[in-house]
Amino acid sequence: MTQPDTELRVSKIENGTVIDHVTAGEALRVLAILGIDGTEGETVSVGINVPSDRLGRKDVVKVEGMELSQDEVDVLSLIAPDATINIIREYEVIEKSRVDRPESVVGVLTCPNTNCITNAGEPVNTHFDVLDTGVQCRYCETIIRENITDHIET
Amino acid sequence: MRHEHVISAKQFSRADIEAVLDRAADFAADPQAASGHEGALLALAFFEPSTRTKMSFETAIKRLGGDTIDMGPVEFSSVSKGETLADTLRVLEGYADGIVLRHPMEGAATMASEFIDVPLFNAGDGAGQHPTQTLLDLFTIREEVGLDDLTIGIMGDLKYGRTVHSLAQALTNFDTRQHFISPDSLRLPRSVRYDLHEQGAQVREHEGYEEILSELDVLYVTRIQRERFPDEDEYHAVAGKYRLDAETIREYNEDLTVLHPLPRVDEIAADVDDLPGATYFEQAHNGVPVRMALLDMLL
Ligand SMILES: [Zn+2]
Repeated sequence: MTQPDTELRVSKIENGTVIDHVTAGEALRVLAILGIDGTEGETVSVGINVPSDRLGRKDVVKVEGMELSQDEVDVLSLIAPDATINIIREYEVIEKSRVDRPESVVGVLTCPNTNCITNAGEPVNTHFDVLDTGVQCRYCETIIRENITDHIET
Repeated sequence: MRHEHVISAKQFSRADIEAVLDRAADFAADPQAASGHEGALLALAFFEPSTRTKMSFETAIKRLGGDTIDMGPVEFSSVSKGETLADTLRVLEGYADGIVLRHPMEGAATMASEFIDVPLFNAGDGAGQHPTQTLLDLFTIREEVGLDDLTIGIMGDLKYGRTVHSLAQALTNFDTRQHFISPDSLRLPRSVRYDLHEQGAQVREHEGYEEILSELDVLYVTRIQRERFPDEDEYHAVAGKYRLDAETIREYNEDLTVLHPLPRVDEIAADVDDLPGATYFEQAHNGVPVRMALLDMLL
């Protein structure tokens, strides 16, 4: 539900993705998760602390020319559990979905424990189970609570 | 036991534990009684040295009529040529009916179990888990004081002590009150505290043992490792605080049962050995019947 109010602050896009209802203050982290820093020449609009009926304040991220993969949506859900994702083609919302908190994320995060077997060059993907507050490595059981985005595999 | 692999104490239910301990009690009473595993081969894949754990697995399989094959020291194996753990174990599983894995990295056993079909016995993965040690610890505690209505203190290096992590998790299956005693820098890792909390365990943490000693049925002591401290003086300051002697036990709690996974350095004074509650050598011996029980049930 893009409010008229929001419209004024963040311009419409032709093709791409609008990530709405992001937890207020998390927009820049969402961009970090998605690896969007403008170096590809993409047009990015960000609204921070936009008024919202549902959340009071929210952030909005609009990225021209990019559609999110399921992996990206999964990680996004860890820091923006209320987010809605709108895929836009020719100024129309053609798909609208809520993010779902996954039970686990595979191959997305790097384990911060340097002595974890997933950091040893073995043929294995990282696998983090999603807890109420954070994520836990299925192999070494290390829990990440803060700054989950710092651990996204590059 | 339903599980094909023994990876982590977290996988044990109370029924699993009791089944293993009951079987172990049979073997402890009569080690010669075992049979039915003639010709069984157990592969010993020790990526770091552990004479005691290795020998007790060897003894256990031989008591059952089987034998071992041994990868030997890592520096002489294909690992030194850069082979992955996953590949090494996939080769070994074609040779043996079961694999015992000791590895310096956390999560090695969990990963290994994803690559092989023969039963895997985690004999310690880094600072992670040491579930077969836990079963022999539980066996010893059950023999000495019983596992329900138990007040246990676990003292020493709780951060890196994998035997502690496994034991604490396994004890949540029983009616126990757990007291953790350590220097602040060696407290239980967040992941273990999280699991204990999730299980609704009764847990308290202490910096010194004197304040709690009189309430305990069992004190489980672990070694504070010198190499964990960058500074020798810092190590001595901390280690000295966690040294237990006979006089202290007599003063605070004559009935205390003392366990230690061994080897000890000086955290338990030699004069404790003569007290009736000194149980660490029996505990070490219990490794054989407990591992016999596990092998008997899973191979
Ligand atoms: Zn890990």
